[in-house]
Amino acid sequence: MSFNNLDTLYRQVIMDHYKNPRNKGSLEGDHLAIDMNNPTCGDRIQLQLKIEDGVVEDAKFDGEGCSISLSSASMMTQAVQGKTVEEALEMSKLFSAMMQGEEVDPEKFDLEDIEALQGVSQFPARIKCATLSWKAMEQGVDQSEEA
Amino acid sequence: MDIKAVRDAFPILHQDVNGHPLVYLDSSATSQTPTPVIDKIDDYYKRYNSNVHRGVHTLGSVATDEYEGARDKVRSFINASNTKEIIFNRGTTTGINTVAESYGMDHVGEGDEIVITQMEHHSNLIPWQQLAKRKKATLKYIPMQEDGTLAMSDVKETITDKTKIVAVTHVSNVLGTINPIKEIAEVSHEKGAVLVVDGAQSAPHIKIDVQDLDCDFFAFSGHKMCGPTGIGVLYGKKELLENMEPVEFGGEMIDFVNLYDSTWKELPWKFEGGTPIIAGAIGLGAAIDYLQNLSMEEVEKHEEELIEYALEKLDAIDGVTVYGPRERAGLVTFNVDGVHPHDLATVLDAEGIAVRAGHHCAQPLMKWLGVNATARASFYLYNTTDEIDSFVEGLQKTKEYFGDVI
Repeated sequence: MSFNNLDTLYRQVIMDHYKNPRNKGSLEGDHLAIDMNNPTCGDRIQLQLKIEDGVVEDAKFDGEGCSISLSSASMMTQAVQGKTVEEALEMSKLFSAMMQGEEVDPEKFDLEDIEALQGVSQFPARIKCATLSWKAMEQGVDQSEEA
Repeated sequence: MDIKAVRDAFPILHQDVNGHPLVYLDSSATSQTPTPVIDKIDDYYKRYNSNVHRGVHTLGSVATDEYEGARDKVRSFINASNTKEIIFNRGTTTGINTVAESYGMDHVGEGDEIVITQMEHHSNLIPWQQLAKRKKATLKYIPMQEDGTLAMSDVKETITDKTKIVAVTHVSNVLGTINPIKEIAEVSHEKGAVLVVDGAQSAPHIKIDVQDLDCDFFAFSGHKMCGPTGIGVLYGKKELLENMEPVEFGGEMIDFVNLYDSTWKELPWKFEGGTPIIAGAIGLGAAIDYLQNLSMEEVEKHEEELIEYALEKLDAIDGVTVYGPRERAGLVTFNVDGVHPHDLATVLDAEGIAVRAGHHCAQPLMKWLGVNATARASFYLYNTTDEIDSFVEGLQKTKEYFGDVI
């Protein structure tokens, strides 16, 4: 492997989300809060979701972590906004599949920036970094359905 | 020490990783295994694999002799006075848990104190947290100096007449701090407490003399000292172990078994319930032979040279923060400005360089350092200054790489 291969991991768009994260901060008013960490490495994310009538109205995050986990959180919060809970869960499933190296049908999942994370699948040790925020989102949706 | 001969003994080192010669700088997590150890384990399975201490057949006798022979090698390695004081187990974590479960449950009561430090690995922290909770005892921390060392004045102040157990790491797996065990033992004993030492990071690297240290318990792991995984040792002073209850009950550890009552074997076997880790113990014995043939003094000297060289090189790079005292064991934990340690470790891996990134099983220490994660390069007898050069070059490239893409 060379530094060229690393470029598949650290694409410009990832570094952009890392350095200029979207939706970083906290939500006002009623919302769900999920704290999730990756106990093997110490990354942590605090995700806040506003879910109304089965739709993710807003999502914000805060946290500490590497470029992959934070850029992924930034992209995830963008992607799920305005989506129904079912759509958000389906996206999470497709994202996990993408991390396992599977091709994702663009009809099903409008990847946009998330496509840049495809290269992570070649770095097995880093997959958990990319999926952390998605797992937090899934947990939040579970909570909203229990409530 | 003939470094070429040493490297030749470790087959794993001679390979390319991601198109570059492997530079293995993660021995504090797990060390590599030399051919004599691999051969010894191979020989056990090919020639005399059988259970120990039971049956009368020939293979069983050979296995028992080898297993007990390994115990004596461990005894000599740490200069214990008696093989009864050497208990084989799964590793340092098991050793410390055994002391907490057995000695701790019987000797710590409500209002008593357990004293540890904030530089402990989770394995020498959580067992005491749990014991303190169960016994309504107080868990106290000896504060650290700014450079990550302990001051004896703080040790003396923290350990009181109420302290029943003091548990301290010999060498910090993050800071490299070498703690003054002998002095801490003296203070502990003055106050009537026992001293438990986490030796996971010291036994592989420096000559251990448990009688000179005068610690009451000393736990370490085989896989960090050229041995196989899954084998460890708990040393305990005989008079203490004799009065302690086993924590695992079953085969191998019993004397007489009646319907409603049983008695235990003598030391050390009463602490080795079930079929022991026979191949592991024999492999550890071979690792000890290997290290002692080189001499631990030589190993220590080699690592001193490496760490000195590494610190000097790291000092010269802008934006690198090194944690811990200057006077330290052969490992260096650090961060590079603007690069998360995971990203750093991934980029170094692309160059064939293996380092650890994360919290190193020491979350309270990370909090003390004010960081969430760090990177660590750790050295052992087979590492060279050339490898440190590759590592430093890799760091420079990482800085440039992240500078470019940002």
